Amino acid sequence: MAEIELRHIDKHFGVVHVIKDVSLTVKDREFVVFLGPSGCGKTTTLRAIAGLEEIDSGDILLDGKPIQNLRAADRDIAFVFQNYALYPHFTVYQNLAFPLEAVRTPRAEVEQVVRSVAKSLGISHLLRARPSALSGGDMQRIAIGRALVRRPKALLLDEPIGSLDAKLREQMRVELKRLHYENGSTSIYVTHDQVEAMSLADRIVVMNEGVLQQVGTPTEVYLYPANLFVAQFIGSPVMNVAPTVVREVDGAAEVALDGLKFGMPADLIGMLNLKAARSDLSLGIRPEGVEVSLAERPGYRPVEAHLIQPYGGFDIVDLKSGDRTLRARTVSGFVPRPGTPVFARIDPAQAHFFDNQTGASLGIRLERFQEKMPEFSGSKALPNKGLDHFGVSAETPGEAGQGA
Amino acid sequence: MAVVSSSGQRLGNRVAIAAVVVITIIFLLPIYWIGSTAFKPRNLATTAPPTIVFQPEISPFVKLFTKRVQLKPNEKIDVANAPWWEQMIFAGGERISRTGKGEIQLSGYPDRFINSLIVAITSTVLAVGMGTITAYGFSRFKVKGEADLLFFILSTRMLPPIVVAIPMFLMYRAAGLNDSHLGLIILYTAFNVSFAVWLMKGFIDEIPREYEEAALVDGYTRLEAFRKIVLPEAATGIAATAVFCFITAWNEYAFALILTNKKAQTAPPFIPSQIGSGLPDWTVIAAGTFLFLLPVAIFTFLLRNHLLRGMSFGAIRK
Repeated sequence: MAEIELRHIDKHFGVVHVIKDVSLTVKDREFVVFLGPSGCGKTTTLRAIAGLEEIDSGDILLDGKPIQNLRAADRDIAFVFQNYALYPHFTVYQNLAFPLEAVRTPRAEVEQVVRSVAKSLGISHLLRARPSALSGGDMQRIAIGRALVRRPKALLLDEPIGSLDAKLREQMRVELKRLHYENGSTSIYVTHDQVEAMSLADRIVVMNEGVLQQVGTPTEVYLYPANLFVAQFIGSPVMNVAPTVVREVDGAAEVALDGLKFGMPADLIGMLNLKAARSDLSLGIRPEGVEVSLAERPGYRPVEAHLIQPYGGFDIVDLKSGDRTLRARTVSGFVPRPGTPVFARIDPAQAHFFDNQTGASLGIRLERFQEKMPEFSGSKALPNKGLDHFGVSAETPGEAGQGA
Repeated sequence: MAVVSSSGQRLGNRVAIAAVVVITIIFLLPIYWIGSTAFKPRNLATTAPPTIVFQPEISPFVKLFTKRVQLKPNEKIDVANAPWWEQMIFAGGERISRTGKGEIQLSGYPDRFINSLIVAITSTVLAVGMGTITAYGFSRFKVKGEADLLFFILSTRMLPPIVVAIPMFLMYRAAGLNDSHLGLIILYTAFNVSFAVWLMKGFIDEIPREYEEAALVDGYTRLEAFRKIVLPEAATGIAATAVFCFITAWNEYAFALILTNKKAQTAPPFIPSQIGSGLPDWTVIAAGTFLFLLPVAIFTFLLRNHLLRGMSFGAIRK
């Protein structure tokens, strides 16, 4: 097991600058996910670590030793391809044994290792089959098995479950998590699917256009996105983001989204002054940070429910005010039908402020309004604890639970 | 019947089968003609209409492999003690030529046949080998001016080969390659290598790079990955290319006629040359041709599984 360190990696494909000064340390036994849109450089970075792609400059260190000039074969890193890349002219057994034969492992040991890996992946009954006769899920299990037999220092996975159908993908995700839990190999996993990233990663590395946008635990990147790109890339449905103006009204702050004005704690003014940023801002708020009420309440602004998307456990409701749409998350059935007039406000604790020039988050953390909130939560619980103040959908107490 | 088909479909199938049978018969007719003539007595070989039913005999093959002389009008022959195959020769008014020590003299055919095998097999191995490696290079690495180079390789086939026959003859004479195995092997390899590069490039392009990349991270060198992964995956293409190269080299007539005369002469120019010696014995020519057809048939038969197997049997999801 090993620690992987990237120091100032740069890489061009012709005139295209695909990796821009990437530095990162993946700790021993850590599961890191590279997340980003296609063409962001995540796969190229992974291939560079494996030795399948040369880098222009920088260092790749494995356990402190530079490996960027070693051949792929000498790096002791395993790679799982999106298309599995199982050798079609070999049986499953031969596929699994292939990496061991590269290092002249005695036949008896090969047999023993292959059988034990096959057993842990539940593919013992397939050892004599040819890859072409297998289902996608089994092929992927074998591809992962082939990566594990050699007990490599690190395991690199390039969208390994991207070709599977949704149900199988979910199943394999759990299996991958279990495998990492059992083997504890240092792993880097590339995906463009934020759900995969959130559910698997110890830390997520968000990339865009060859640049690291943010590195953090799933909770960190979700709750505290470092910039507009991360804020909008992570989270589904996507975060509401709009240019805003912050003013001081009667000793409290007020943010304006076009015609809609929402109250904010007075602290906001001071915080913005501290950052020397009052103008050219964007406000970001996740749908669960938009609190909806059917009855008029102080601080809530009148809006009209537009589209309602039921997700089973919750609804996503588009709230309209003029041309502006604010997407909110409510318990399912809370807003009975499109066109219903409702009232909304923004939970300051979930409000993000971004500098429009740089896109960077101003890092402002506000407190929730000091008032008694209903007990239940309308939003799906996040995987982390200590978030009791987070993601509460407001309802008038009298109506609570009616739609749920 | 598990297969559900409409009467229209069945009729279509029957028509298709009938068409295939007719076409097959048309293509097989010359082969049947040669095969049957090779086993006919000499007097039945040129009858019109052709003799279909006859007592097959082996004498054309005996004649093919031996040197014979005409019996003199009052030459004494010991018919009773001669072996059975020589008695057939006596029946045609000839005897088998022997050396002073009494050893049977062979005709030129066996040597020519062996020459054909040496030249065709060696040039095929060379052309397919070089073609595969070159195609791999073009397919997998960034080669400067790749398109131009590939076009140049292809352009060597744009000229009808016979156009360069005279310059080739003069160059070969100057280089001392006339009537040598090496000369023909070089020539046929050069003919075929461009074809092999283009055909193999198509096949290798079809093999996903991930196979090799997987082998590279699994601890193998590029050469080992090529040998253990790419070559087996390209077997179908290699087989197809080899069959085509072999047939071209095996059947080549014009250059073999011009550049060789004895030592390295191949079978194609030799077989018709027998027509010129005395009255043409068509049964011997047919026997020589019949034997000459066999290696290609056997070669193709051995590789039939590779030729028939599709390329898309892989375990890669596209």
